[in-house]
Amino acid sequence: MLLKLVWNKIWHKRLSSFLCILLMGIGVAIISLVANLSKQLEGNFSKSISGIDMVVGAKGSPLQLILSSVFHIDAPTGNIPLSEVNNLKRNRLVKTLIPLSFGDNYRGYRIVGSELSLLKHYQAELNEGILFKDDLEVVLGSYTAKVLDLKIGDSFESSHGLDSEGETHEEKAYTVVGVLKPTNTVLDKLILSNLESIWHIHEHEGETHEHEDHEVTAALVKFRSPMGLMTIPRMVNENTSMQAALPSIEVNRLFQLFGTGIEIMKYLAYLIVIISGISVFISLFNSLKDQKNEKALMLTLGASRTKVFTQLLLEGLLLSFIGYFLGILLSKLALFSISKLLSETNFTEINIWQFGAVEIYLLAMALLIGIVSAALPALGIYKVNISETLSRE
Amino acid sequence: MAILQTKNLQHSYTKGIDFVYPDLHCNANQQLLILGESGKGKSTLLHLLGLILPIQQGSVSINGIETSQLNPSKAAAFRANNVGVIFQQHQFVKSLSVLDNILLANYYAKRSLDKNKVNQTADRLEISDLLHKKVYELSGGEMQRIGIARALQNEPKLLLADEPTSNLDDVNCERVYQLLADTAAEQKAALVIVTHDQRLKNKIANQIHL
Repeated sequence: MLLKLVWNKIWHKRLSSFLCILLMGIGVAIISLVANLSKQLEGNFSKSISGIDMVVGAKGSPLQLILSSVFHIDAPTGNIPLSEVNNLKRNRLVKTLIPLSFGDNYRGYRIVGSELSLLKHYQAELNEGILFKDDLEVVLGSYTAKVLDLKIGDSFESSHGLDSEGETHEEKAYTVVGVLKPTNTVLDKLILSNLESIWHIHEHEGETHEHEDHEVTAALVKFRSPMGLMTIPRMVNENTSMQAALPSIEVNRLFQLFGTGIEIMKYLAYLIVIISGISVFISLFNSLKDQKNEKALMLTLGASRTKVFTQLLLEGLLLSFIGYFLGILLSKLALFSISKLLSETNFTEINIWQFGAVEIYLLAMALLIGIVSAALPALGIYKVNISETLSRE
Repeated sequence: MAILQTKNLQHSYTKGIDFVYPDLHCNANQQLLILGESGKGKSTLLHLLGLILPIQQGSVSINGIETSQLNPSKAAAFRANNVGVIFQQHQFVKSLSVLDNILLANYYAKRSLDKNKVNQTADRLEISDLLHKKVYELSGGEMQRIGIARALQNEPKLLLADEPTSNLDDVNCERVYQLLADTAAEQKAALVIVTHDQRLKNKIANQIHL
């Protein structure tokens, strides 16, 4: 009977109930969405840059350099001479150096020329086939293989540039020799070959280059000790034609850019949640005022004031709980569509069904707001004068 | 056996209006008519008898129990189980069906919900068809009968009716009175009607004028 009373009341004034639920839902959805997104983005970003202390590339924007060569989402800053990269590699503070050469794509998926150390860095394993060894042999990331529907033995011609509209290199075709297992890193959405393949493809554009004239796009560097971080970036920037960018600093900068927006969104969402609380308050306050007779009737029929109070409290609680539930549902739905959207790009993977502390914290917040905004007007029940209320015309 | 017995009952409001009531007495299966014009303290008396107002002075004994000493929560429980109040204005929980409104009397008296009893009373009052309607779909007459059904739901020993006939024409006045008298008699309850309606004068011999 208690639930029936509460539920029927909510249904009876469904418009105002709907407003309470909707406001709570939207607030919870935004907070949960923003928290989830920023957490997962941050997680994915830090995972992507782990093990990379420094990136060298052509001079330009350091952020662009990081985005293009670590995350593969921006255009490269240009090319750098292999000789300079090799000089750097010989520095005793450098532990590993992975050269990258890219600028071509196949149907929008980047072809990255590198060494097998790149695969080792991302702990990639072959799902089938073999690793690239000779020129024009490629290994596909798991996602690329699935989307492009390429199998071992298939061949394709690459196009110039990073979008699929570029002119194709018609004379020389790549052959797929292997497919990687999913790594949950950027590798999944790349096409990988050796460095020579990339040079080979472009040789027709000029005369044959001397080996030392070869260029690469960027190189991922890991230092032996923190000493490297202290001296080498500066050395690179001052003494070479290359620039050094530190992924940790650039990613931080990126998050600071996002951060303000995310903060504003969060405050907005909290505001909406508070408004939802206010609307529960107003709804219950009005119902207590307009339906004083009903409350007096309940008391006359033998209900204790605490019982009627509990009824009202439960109403607020139920409203905010439904709102919370709706909010989580909305947030998951939004995450789902965002992850669909992002899976088209190299950006990042999003785990939709990850429930974390945020959800629990939000539930506590929703229920607290429900209780407080219901309790304040519901306390009025302790002041209702039954006799006076019943005899009022 | 006396179901209702009052002695030296008085009530004063802070505004300085004092009501002094004559002693009342009503047995089981008996009827008592309390007549009075507006401003004579009819509603106050009804609320005192229904334990809705705390008793300041004098005593009210219902079904052999002295009620003036009961604390508010005991008084509420006692009222729920022993006194059926039929309100002048129709008081219902609008969001509930007619059936649930009648069952509320069981619920708030902490009794088990007795649908059989509802069906019995509904047959008797000819409201069986209305049980699953919403309260706001009903006419005034229907509401009154449902109010009576609710007052009877816990089989009270004392039935208090507040102006049950004052808004009705002669035919319906007669009908409602008969309904109250019959149902009270069926349950061997004492029926106390508080009204200014002079038409009931000839129906109930046991009368008190305020």
